[in-house]
Amino acid sequence: MRSIAEILLLLVVLMDFAVLGTSRLSACIRAVAVQGVLLGSLSLALEGGLSLHAGVLAAGTIGVKAILLPWFLRWAIREASVRREVEPLVGYMASFLLGAAALVVSFAVAARLPSTGGTGLLVPVALVTVMIGLIVLITRTKALSQVLGYLMLENGIYLFGLTQARRVPFLVEAGVLLDVFVGVFVMGIVVFHINREFDSISALKLTELKES
Amino acid sequence: MLSRLLSIALVLVLAPLLPGVATRTRGLLTGRRGSPVHQLYLDLWKLMRRGIVYSATTTFIFRLAPVVVAATVVVAALLLPLDGHAGLLRFSGDVLAFAYLLALGRFLLVLGAVDTGSSFEGMGASREVAFASLVELGFFFAVATLGVATRELSLSGMLGLGSGEPMPLAGPSLAMVAAGLFALLLAECARVPVDDPATHLELTMIHEVMILDHSGPDLALLLYAGAVKFALFGALVVILIVPRSGVPLVLWLAILTIGLLGVGVAVGMVESATARLRLSRVPLYLAGAAALAGFGLVLVVS
Repeated sequence: MRSIAEILLLLVVLMDFAVLGTSRLSACIRAVAVQGVLLGSLSLALEGGLSLHAGVLAAGTIGVKAILLPWFLRWAIREASVRREVEPLVGYMASFLLGAAALVVSFAVAARLPSTGGTGLLVPVALVTVMIGLIVLITRTKALSQVLGYLMLENGIYLFGLTQARRVPFLVEAGVLLDVFVGVFVMGIVVFHINREFDSISALKLTELKES
Repeated sequence: MLSRLLSIALVLVLAPLLPGVATRTRGLLTGRRGSPVHQLYLDLWKLMRRGIVYSATTTFIFRLAPVVVAATVVVAALLLPLDGHAGLLRFSGDVLAFAYLLALGRFLLVLGAVDTGSSFEGMGASREVAFASLVELGFFFAVATLGVATRELSLSGMLGLGSGEPMPLAGPSLAMVAAGLFALLLAECARVPVDDPATHLELTMIHEVMILDHSGPDLALLLYAGAVKFALFGALVVILIVPRSGVPLVLWLAILTIGLLGVGVAVGMVESATARLRLSRVPLYLAGAAALAGFGLVLVVS
């Protein structure tokens, strides 16, 4: 079970880099959805057996992060008719290298943290995912990519949570999932309205004032 | 000794089959029949019997290039532990020799291309060199991962079982390195996401355009060298992922053959599934390959 969990964690990191390297938004959404599936299966793999807690957590995670939110985000890009992130503030190559640096830093940092259970990879992968989520959030200009960055950031935090999965009551985790869902839902609606108002979902234009 | 000679002979003989397998797979998957698998053998045979035409603007470098390219690739083959244990030649640090033998061949190929004075060939040469510098980065990340994991500096020590110990690499980092090497193989052997062997437009070619002016036996040497390079990288991947403690020689040769053909099929599948990348996107692809191998390194070090 442990080696399966490690492979899942590595795939999570690869998905991070896939989002960093692609400009097509639908491909990014797919990568984040795959990451959701991986996170859901991870909670099962780490538990080692089928318990009700892990099962419901996995089903909830996959349901929200891999099915509901990607579907909603796809609806948003269709409505706003954006296909790709055209001009990120930091180029793809540079942000890719930033991601690689984040990878090295988080493995170096995680080696100094007290181990908290799970596999040894859990904490560094959580750190990488949080950092790459932040990079996407900061460097992309389309509001939708920023939502994706936020989702990745949250995925990283979820991974941190998995180190404590046995100790956190189910209700808290369900609440977090609900929060994320509502957050992304609101952001999606906002994106939709920004698009209607400004004919663009570039976050750079949000500093312009417009009266209607 | 016999096993080493046999495995090297196997790879050298089998090499021209691989591009054929890749092309055939691509053809079948895209709903065409494709050229026969042994097409390259036929091409080589045909070219060997032809005369050579040299342009009046070329110098001796142009004549030297095919010979050096073929020679470096074959010498590099001697360094790889193709029988799964040790190469014919081995010394500490022969990874560098392997990488730079291939680089020497590329250097001469590029010089030969520039020597013709054709602007198309110059463009191809500049692209080849630009991308090769990134391929080298990825290759050294992969090699560094293996080196750190096994505490060895020779290819035979890293990949073979010279010391009798099983490879102490953890599975995940091994998978990362193998995936990175496969991605590099596609770039190094001028296959689809980076270069298209089937393209007919000189403007977009990379490798093909550099060998446009070569003819006859010279061209045969270059084509053969390309196929051997393909086989070497394929063998690198196969040796890396196939466990082989106590496998008898005949079985190993069979495994190597199947593995190499499998790499050919995999390349064909990639080629039929993806389009060629825009030239400006290629560095990102290569950086991704390097990142895969570098990720393996991080896993091994931590």
